[in-house]
Amino acid sequence: MTRRKFLTLAAALLGAVAIFSGVPQPASADQPFIVVQSTTSTQNSGLFDYILPMFTGKSGIEVRVVAVGTGQAIKNAMNGDGDVLFVHAKPAEEKFVAEGHGVRRDDVMYNDFVIVGPAADPAGIGGGHDAIAALQKIAESKATFASRGDDSGTNKKEMSLWKETGVDPQKASGTWYRETGSGMGATLNAAAGMNAYTMSDRATWIAFNNKGDLKIQVEGDKQLFNQYGVILVNPEKHPNVKAKLGQSFIDWLLSPEGQKAIASYKVDGQQLFFPNAAPSS
Amino acid sequence: MPDAGIMTPPTPTAKRSTRAILPLVGAGLVVARGGRKLLDDIDVEIDGHGLTTVLGPNGAGKTLLLRVLAGLLTPDQGRVLWAGRRPARARFPDLGFVFQKPVLLRRSARANVRYALRVAGRTSADSRRRTDRALAEAGLEHLASAPARVLSGGEQRRLAIARALAVEPEVLFLDEPCANLDPASMAAVEAMIGQARSRGTRVVLVSHDIAQARRLSDEIAFMHRGRIVEHGAAESFFARPQSAAAESFLAGRIPL
Amino acid sequence: MQDFSAAFGQAFGLLLALDRDLMEIVGLSLRVSLTAVFCAGAIGFPLGAALAVARFPGRGALIILVNALMGLPPVVVGLLAYLALSNAGPLGPLALLYTPAAMIVAQAILVTPIIAALTRQTVEDLRVEYDEQLRIMGVGPLHAVATLLWDARYSLLTTLLAGFGRAVAEVGAVIIVGGNINHVTRVMTTTIALETSKGNLALALGLGIILLALAIGVNAVVMGLRTTAVRSAYA
Repeated sequence: MTRRKFLTLAAALLGAVAIFSGVPQPASADQPFIVVQSTTSTQNSGLFDYILPMFTGKSGIEVRVVAVGTGQAIKNAMNGDGDVLFVHAKPAEEKFVAEGHGVRRDDVMYNDFVIVGPAADPAGIGGGHDAIAALQKIAESKATFASRGDDSGTNKKEMSLWKETGVDPQKASGTWYRETGSGMGATLNAAAGMNAYTMSDRATWIAFNNKGDLKIQVEGDKQLFNQYGVILVNPEKHPNVKAKLGQSFIDWLLSPEGQKAIASYKVDGQQLFFPNAAPSS
Repeated sequence: MPDAGIMTPPTPTAKRSTRAILPLVGAGLVVARGGRKLLDDIDVEIDGHGLTTVLGPNGAGKTLLLRVLAGLLTPDQGRVLWAGRRPARARFPDLGFVFQKPVLLRRSARANVRYALRVAGRTSADSRRRTDRALAEAGLEHLASAPARVLSGGEQRRLAIARALAVEPEVLFLDEPCANLDPASMAAVEAMIGQARSRGTRVVLVSHDIAQARRLSDEIAFMHRGRIVEHGAAESFFARPQSAAAESFLAGRIPL
Repeated sequence: MQDFSAAFGQAFGLLLALDRDLMEIVGLSLRVSLTAVFCAGAIGFPLGAALAVARFPGRGALIILVNALMGLPPVVVGLLAYLALSNAGPLGPLALLYTPAAMIVAQAILVTPIIAALTRQTVEDLRVEYDEQLRIMGVGPLHAVATLLWDARYSLLTTLLAGFGRAVAEVGAVIIVGGNINHVTRVMTTTIALETSKGNLALALGLGIILLALAIGVNAVVMGLRTTAVRSAYA
């Protein structure tokens, strides 16, 4: 191949790069935007895909959601890599504000957790409304249980429930208690694959498409309540935070309009999130 | 037919104003490997004009001597002088070297010759002209655009020599330039070498081919076991070899 | 048990219909990985060639290090890049985090050792072959590097394509520094990860096959190049 042909090929490859730069451009760089650190379970439920366009339509502000595990979202926010923190781990959120990383914490919405398990129900917990008792039965029968094991909001809730049972499941880690160290979706995949019990937030569960042989066994326990909170990252600690834009997003979430939007999100006819912001004073 | 006289080569057509390599002197050269002396205390001087063949049986040290004189290898003892100075780095294009196995770049034949000319500092236009001429003289103009590596063995050899000659070196070393070539290719290569000699390039070539040495040489340096045993005019060497080794070699026997 | 064939059909249907979102994702994947590979080449080629040609104390150790870095886990690269680009990190003011630029940087870091190591090997082999000829021609080290790089062009192109394959298939680095933000930093691999986490396994697999087709296409180009090279008696 002559030098000319070779250089033509190289130019063609470079051209490919240029062309693909022109493909439907991701959101315009000129539009103002904020970065929200949130969790995979909230993302996977589809809530953001539903309510964010409403907010953007009204305010012209683009919302970019980084969906990671709760622990990672909080850490990212501590580093100032987000303008707003929107997770469901109240104690950790309050600590975040107390340590000066956030301005203040507001309740936004809640949903609940459910315990799902194989249709055969080897631990015999089906139809129950007592989470603690169900977990005790699972431990006694040594039925396989998949835990997220990733220090997420869901995981923290799970561990607090185990504490009430008096059983330390981590002693059995690797036997009937399987810690996946992953997000809700991956853990549900694992549970479906192992035919195991697991605890999931309802929103993720309803939207999840690989349920396998699993179904809801226990629900409705007040202890399975899952509260979401929203916090503005402290602009005094991180000058790069878009305080004004971020606050307008928070204000919208907490406003009657935003709360109504949250309530109107349904999957399979079921409402997934229940708004519970404090009424504005 | 080379000149029969001792040191009366034809007048060079290319006038060389500066001499950067000649006189090429090797003094007390020793190269030892594994306790054996591959070059055993060699004193040699190459000067003047014409073609010198370093002749001898395999393993005599001919190629090694050439490499040391060209500055490719530092001797364990002794020194090499180029025009009275030690070789600090390669003096290209004044000293050219064609290896036994030609090393050609992965480009066209023309590009190979042009490369050498550009390294020698020729301008773009000048290089192009000289390249075309060099290829024509080597009989390779019809293969100018062909990748150098698809050329046959003989063509590659001619290309390597054309590349070396295109920069008009003062001294040209050739290591067994006709090894493994068929008679036609050999004749073509010898013609190129003869032409270089006529143009005033001082040619030093290594060979074990007696007939070729007879055809081409003005001067013979006969080597045996790491020593230059005889060094003088070609005619006298072939007519009256002084050493037993040379006698044996010329008679077609392996010298002891 | 999901209906895999229906979901595959869904994936390919999107492809054939040139679904806007899918095209956006594929386009971004190619843009990020191609750009990253060219950057990695710009650094890796001269670095590899220099390692092959130069002689300095510690060269051996540096070569071992570069070779070892070929095995850098993408997630580790992502983590290191995140720490650097984070607003709490040294390069925070650049505001690159969660943009395609950050993904390009991360992938470039990931791919550069591959290109450098393979270039070094190729150029080293060539250098051994050319060494005396270049020496006798008095070619200086810089010019020698340029000569070796050009003569190694086919192998180097293959190296680039190998780097591209690695870049376009990785998820660990881009998901951390990019954030998998919809319409901004979502690429093929992060989409597959997302759909998997939603339990949409068949759709994820369908997208995976599209990615595989891309990899096959790249390798076909490599094959074609090598054939051309062999025909020109390059190798």
